[in-house]
Amino acid sequence: MYRYDEFDQDFVDQRVTQFEDQVRRRMTGELTEEEFKPLRLMNGLYLQLHAYMLRVAIPYGTINARQMRKLADIARTYDRGYGHFTTRQNIQFNWPKLSDTPKILRELADVEMHAIQTSGNCIRNVTSDQFAGAAADEFADPRVYAEILRQWSSLHPEFLFLPRKFKIAITGAEQDRAAVQVHDIGLQLTQNEDGDIGFVVFVGGGLGRTPMVGRKVRDFLPENDLLAYSEAILRVYNRYGRRDNKYKARIKILVHETGLEELKQDIETEFEATKNGILDLPHNEIERINEYFAPPSFEVLPSISTELESAKRDNRDLALFASRNLHAHKAAGYTSVTISLKPIGGAPGDATAEQMDVIADLAERFGHDELRVTHEQNLVLPHVKLKDVPLIFKVLKANDLADANAGLITDMIACPGLDYCALANARSIPIAQEISKRFEEVKRKNEIGDLKLKISGCINACGHHHVGHIGILGVDRKGEELYQITLGGSADQNTSIGKIIGRGFPEAEITDAVEIVVDTYLVNRLDSEESFIEAYRRLGDQPFKDALYGA
Amino acid sequence: MKTITANRLVDGDVVWLGRNGDWVEFVEAAWILNSEEEMRAAEEFAKAGEASQYVLGTYAIDLELKDGHLQPTALKERIRAKGPTTRLDLGKQAQRLLRSA
Repeated sequence: MYRYDEFDQDFVDQRVTQFEDQVRRRMTGELTEEEFKPLRLMNGLYLQLHAYMLRVAIPYGTINARQMRKLADIARTYDRGYGHFTTRQNIQFNWPKLSDTPKILRELADVEMHAIQTSGNCIRNVTSDQFAGAAADEFADPRVYAEILRQWSSLHPEFLFLPRKFKIAITGAEQDRAAVQVHDIGLQLTQNEDGDIGFVVFVGGGLGRTPMVGRKVRDFLPENDLLAYSEAILRVYNRYGRRDNKYKARIKILVHETGLEELKQDIETEFEATKNGILDLPHNEIERINEYFAPPSFEVLPSISTELESAKRDNRDLALFASRNLHAHKAAGYTSVTISLKPIGGAPGDATAEQMDVIADLAERFGHDELRVTHEQNLVLPHVKLKDVPLIFKVLKANDLADANAGLITDMIACPGLDYCALANARSIPIAQEISKRFEEVKRKNEIGDLKLKISGCINACGHHHVGHIGILGVDRKGEELYQITLGGSADQNTSIGKIIGRGFPEAEITDAVEIVVDTYLVNRLDSEESFIEAYRRLGDQPFKDALYGA
Repeated sequence: MKTITANRLVDGDVVWLGRNGDWVEFVEAAWILNSEEEMRAAEEFAKAGEASQYVLGTYAIDLELKDGHLQPTALKERIRAKGPTTRLDLGKQAQRLLRSA
């Protein structure tokens, strides 16, 4: 993975020193809250319901054992013994003291981590496929380009005060696991007829109160134009994006209001002026970054592990785990293991310090010292030998980390909601917990099969409810929490925005309503091969409406 | 019935304005404001609390009596007064248990 050079380290160290001084001046009153707030936000520090919240960047979700142990240590020393992994592949600590944050950032800098640009109207953490560099279906490792974009966008002087935040996602596989079409810029690695590497470029996707699917602006952007073209998009956005209304300030609104063709023309004009200049990506620089992401030296192994197969025969739980939580690897005899942070009745994305330590140990012992955070709030050991899976499973099981539910209904995304978040209108976590308990039974959830359920506690949609096969949005209706259901959303290569199915349900009824939706699917599907989303697309929403509200 | 709440600057902890212009850590100890006059006096204390950098983001909230106990009217404020509803070991509710143990 990428390692800081002296420029990176110096830059992050300087930033900590600067923030130390800003915190000192805030505590002595030299800075008012009004003056301090934008400074703390630039360093990932929010004020939430109960305390401050520190959001730490995990670039494209890639992290090593030493860094994970540091996060565990911070959770223990400065927080309440746990952290929350987010849909932006970051981690949030919910209880830090302001006075401790410079120390926390100093400790993070020691392991090449920081919280810069995890908040504010700037280019945020570039997200990617959690199986990048490992997946059998991958065309090229997207993290190379994510890292190049990270370097370009970090403290880019022109783009620190954008009209609104800006999110970029990149995938290198046909199967889009990075939800690129619901990002401000979505990039899909591809190659042209001559075999040259480039990108399909989408602009103006996003969730929030006005969900939109990104529009394609380029079928093929050559690799070396990545930064010049990104700069052109950002420049057009920075110039024309609305600053009069924060709810209309994202680039998706600009695309919508300007029209795709005109905006494309604006971008191309800007690109003409920018390309072949300083932002032209030299091939040797791509090669240099590429080396950081060189795959580990995999052993030559048979594609089927007799050890794993025999252990599966003896252990039904292991067999179930292997059927859901292993992802096909590009190297024979290897796999990527999804570590579910969705135990039955748990808070999606939460991990204790002890669990983080255990996972770090596993990464070191079995996984070439690599871990990933997924945008679905799980963790991944990207490179492990199939024959090591039984032992890994045993360790995970002993630490409440072995839920065999990757991609199932209980593997849901949920934002922190009103239990923590100052913006939320309703709670998300208790709803996730109730639904998870309702579908706890192994046979039943496996019979339901692939189903993405996503819950947000307000219209800002941090829980991605718009792109859930089943989405749940919590709203406040005269002081009571009410939950609306949307159906038919999807965040993969066939991205779609879910439709609100009808009136919302109070807390006490929402789990029953979800169950009715699921049962309606089970009754109406062609066979067990037809997934929920496929069945919904075939059937439309009428059967679900009828089941929920009466014919 | 109203009171004034804020977050403490140094650690972000939730606090409420006490009767003497001090800041208290449990809503039960908050100054209950029953008149415009009391509200005006409380707002002066709140301004002073912000000016001295002890608290930030002061605002008034509604209180109600429920089963003989005083509690904030809005769910959000009840969660601030207790802690996450999903983690009873965290927030004010946990401190309250420790205090009574």
